[in-house]
Amino acid sequence: MKAGSNLEKVLDSGQFAVTAEIGPPQSANPAPLTHHAKMLRGYADAFNLTDNQTAVVRLSSIASAAIIMREDVEPVIQMTCRDRNRIALQSDLLGASALGIRNVLCLTGDHQIFGNEKGAKNVFDFDSVTELSVFNTLRTEGKQVGGEVLKDPPKVYLGCAENPFATPYEWRGARLAKKVAAGADFVQTQAIFDMDMFEKWMDDVRGRGLDKKVHILAGVLPMKTAGAARYMKNKVPGMIVPDHVIDRMKNAKDSKEEGIKLCIEQIEHLKTIKGVHGVHIMAVMWEDMVPRIAKEAGLLPRPTFE
Amino acid sequence: MIVAKRKPMGDIAKMVAPYKKVAVIGCRSCVAICLAGGEKEVKMTVSALKVRNRKEGREQQFEALVVERQCEKEWVKEVEDKVKDADLVLSMACSLGAQTIADMYPEKIVFPGLDTGFFGVPEEQGVWSEKCVGCGNCIIHLTGGICPVARCAKSMLNGPCGGSSNGHCEVNLEIECAWYAIHERLRLQKRLDLIEAVMPPKDWSTGHAGGRRTYVREDARLTQHQKKGKEGAQ
Repeated sequence: MKAGSNLEKVLDSGQFAVTAEIGPPQSANPAPLTHHAKMLRGYADAFNLTDNQTAVVRLSSIASAAIIMREDVEPVIQMTCRDRNRIALQSDLLGASALGIRNVLCLTGDHQIFGNEKGAKNVFDFDSVTELSVFNTLRTEGKQVGGEVLKDPPKVYLGCAENPFATPYEWRGARLAKKVAAGADFVQTQAIFDMDMFEKWMDDVRGRGLDKKVHILAGVLPMKTAGAARYMKNKVPGMIVPDHVIDRMKNAKDSKEEGIKLCIEQIEHLKTIKGVHGVHIMAVMWEDMVPRIAKEAGLLPRPTFE
Repeated sequence: MIVAKRKPMGDIAKMVAPYKKVAVIGCRSCVAICLAGGEKEVKMTVSALKVRNRKEGREQQFEALVVERQCEKEWVKEVEDKVKDADLVLSMACSLGAQTIADMYPEKIVFPGLDTGFFGVPEEQGVWSEKCVGCGNCIIHLTGGICPVARCAKSMLNGPCGGSSNGHCEVNLEIECAWYAIHERLRLQKRLDLIEAVMPPKDWSTGHAGGRRTYVREDARLTQHQKKGKEGAQ
């Protein structure tokens, strides 16, 4: 056991894991976090707190994690390399660990051009792979990048993201291999809509033996409208939404209902893919739907440990 | 080369308006090649300023000048009289040229006529692109001759990120993804193994992060004696 988080226990026990997201608010008010924590407790094993996702300023990931932990909900903090150099990243990792945060997702981060502070100076001292390798060395040897050795290293379970749908496609498996070599314990994938392409990526991943070295949590994203599907297809780089998915959303009488049904079907399918050890449900601005999705996809009850 | 572009004419006119005698000094090096501050652009700028002045009833004297390389003192010396005579120098060189004049004549006011952009190359007629950020520790032997620090929007060393879309960068879909290009280049060369291993954190201290840089070549420096001789010759 590396960090002893609930997520780590679920994955190590070989059970199908469930993670979901809680989006921190664009304000200093902790109430939405507390509200969602209470509502979602018990419906997933851990919840990601995004780190200024799409470069929009929000309540910080670490503070959000501390807030939901008061409600006895396990966080996965996200740490992007966009806003912090190696001094701040290592310092925040120590701080997070001291607060009892045990899951950390390492990300390069969305470029600030997508957000609401376009004039910001970015950092990118690391990318997600170097971040993983540095955090891994810090937790296992207590050694900083600069060589200093710490007496009490952080206790963290390390995750990363990977997008099977970004180009060059044939390199995505190799890139996951780099992340695994760097120290990733689990990976949450980009939202999957093209199941055939995901299966192909999984073939590559299994071919490289990565499914034995890292826990793969397949990303799903329930959509509310056909417009949202079209937007993701056309406007979100590195996202593939096949036309049959868009048509299905378009032709549905109740598109929200169809979005949920589609998501549940996807989870059912993902459960059958060898090497997929869980799902990551990204119900963006639709957190209320997580309990229903988890229930109808047969993911409940979630395991508990003494 | 250093790639720059002229500031908007309205901004330049506003900057120079309070000064009677303005020396507009271009440079025949990089900024001439990128069509920002060579002889032609200096003349055009002066004409445009004169036209504005006629319209607005303002009286100013302009001197249009060009030097070979404005970042080298020897070349700037050639227009020293004009610099000394002017109330304001509007440099149409990159910021290095402007700063060279400003440092040589500390009592003179020197304004930039250009916005200095980047270290880049001409891609085709009228198109220039950034290819280096001067990190002080070149790694392109590991990345197929393509610099990810300059050409990836996130300066990733282990790319491409999840936003690489049909070989293009998520930040600007008109621009190629540097890591896609690196992958394609190394695939062609059958050297993909170069990027299979985790590239460790980069030491940025050799770049601007380490503070302002000065490179000194002791073997190339003049002795005190030689310096005196050179001063005497001038």
